[in-house]
Amino acid sequence: MIITVASGKGGTGKTTIATSLARALVDLEQEVSFLDCDVEAPNAHLFLQPEFQHSKNVDILIPNVDIERCTACGRCAEICQYHAIVVLGQKTLVFPELCHGCGSCTLECPENAITEIPDKLGLLEAGLTPDGIRFARGLLDVGEPMAVPVIHQLKKWQSLQNTGISIWDSPPGTSCPVVESIRGADYLLLVTEPTPFGLHDLKLAAQLATELDIPAGVVINRDGIGDNQVETFCQQMDIPILMRIPFDREIGAGIAQGKALIDIRPAYKSRLQEMFVQIRDRVTLNV
Amino acid sequence: MKIIITASSNTIEGPFNPRFGRADYFMLYDSDSQEWSAFQNPAAGASGGAGPQAVQFIAGKNPEIVISGRYGPSAFTALEAAGIKAYIANAGTVSDVLGQFLDGQLTQVGAATGPSMHGRGR
Repeated sequence: MIITVASGKGGTGKTTIATSLARALVDLEQEVSFLDCDVEAPNAHLFLQPEFQHSKNVDILIPNVDIERCTACGRCAEICQYHAIVVLGQKTLVFPELCHGCGSCTLECPENAITEIPDKLGLLEAGLTPDGIRFARGLLDVGEPMAVPVIHQLKKWQSLQNTGISIWDSPPGTSCPVVESIRGADYLLLVTEPTPFGLHDLKLAAQLATELDIPAGVVINRDGIGDNQVETFCQQMDIPILMRIPFDREIGAGIAQGKALIDIRPAYKSRLQEMFVQIRDRVTLNV
Repeated sequence: MKIIITASSNTIEGPFNPRFGRADYFMLYDSDSQEWSAFQNPAAGASGGAGPQAVQFIAGKNPEIVISGRYGPSAFTALEAAGIKAYIANAGTVSDVLGQFLDGQLTQVGAATGPSMHGRGR
C-alpha cells in the first residue's frame, strides 16, 4: 500500500509527518519503505538518516541527428511539442535543454537519421535507515527544470523490491511533479495548516485528489494558530480530518535541530499508528 | 534586403517590442519594394522554446536581418544557424526603429544578450 503525503502549501509539515509516520509503522508492518519525491530539495534523509548503498543516474534520451542521412525535411521540428528541434535551411538543430525525451522525432524521421543518446538529469540513491526502513530519494541536478522523469524513475526503481507499505513524500504545490508523486498511490494524506494560505492551497490539492480519484484525508498541523475555515472546508467536501497537531514551540525547536516528531513528542507514535489503521481500513475495506 | 522588426502590433506606427521569441508581431520590411508586411508570431504564447520556434518561423520569410531588444541563448544559436544577422534596438515605433537601422545607429550582436528564459538552463 502506498500513501503519498502532500500539502499544496509549502512548509506545512509534510516531511515531519511522512518521516515520523514511516518510523511509527516499523512496529506494525514487516516492510516499510520511504520515497523522497521532493527531488528539487529532498530533505527527509535528515530525519530518517539512511545509509546510502546504491545509486543510479537518471537520464532522458535526447535526439542525435546524423547529418549524412538528414534531408532537412522538417518532420522532426513539426512533430516536436517542445520546439527542442528546429530545421533551418539545411541544418537541423537540437536544443537539449528544451527536450522532454519523448522520442517522437526519432520515431517520425523518414530517413532514420535520428538516434537517441542519454543525457543526465539527476541521481537516485537508496539505502536502509537505522530503523530498517528502505529509503530512496531522487536528486534533480541543479539547473535542470524537469523533476517528473526523476520522480518517475525513482518510483520504478523502488517498486521492483517493494511489497509492504510505502510512504511517498511529495514536493509542495499541485503541478506536474506533485501529480507524478501521487499517481499510483492508494491514499493521499494532505498536511495543512489552519490559515487562509493553508486553505487556499489545500483546495487545489483536494481537487487533485478528486481528479486522480484517490481517497484523501487531512492532517491539521499547527492547530489553533489561524481560523476554522479548513475545518469547514473539510466538512463541506467530506474529507476526514485524521489528526490535529496543536501548535507547539517545542516541536518547532526540535525539528530545527533535525529531530523527528516522534522523538520530540513520543505520544505521536501511537497516534500516527492509529491514523494509519484508519487509512488502511479506508483503502482495503473502503470504510 | 528583408528586415524583420519585432513589434507589439501589426502597424508600423505601433510600438517596437524588445522581446524576440515572444513578440506579438514580426514586421517585415523589404527594402527593394519598400513594402511592409505583418506576421503574427506563432511562438508568442508557447509554453517553452519560443526562441527556436520564432526563428524557425521567420527563417521561412528569408530575412537577412532581424531587429529586437534582446536574444536568449537558444534564439541566438538558431539565428546564427539560419544565417540571420541580429541587431539591437531600444525603443520607438517600428518605423522609428527602421529609421535608426537605416541611419546606421544600431549595432549587430555577436552573442546572446539575455538570459535563458526557459528549459534546462545550461
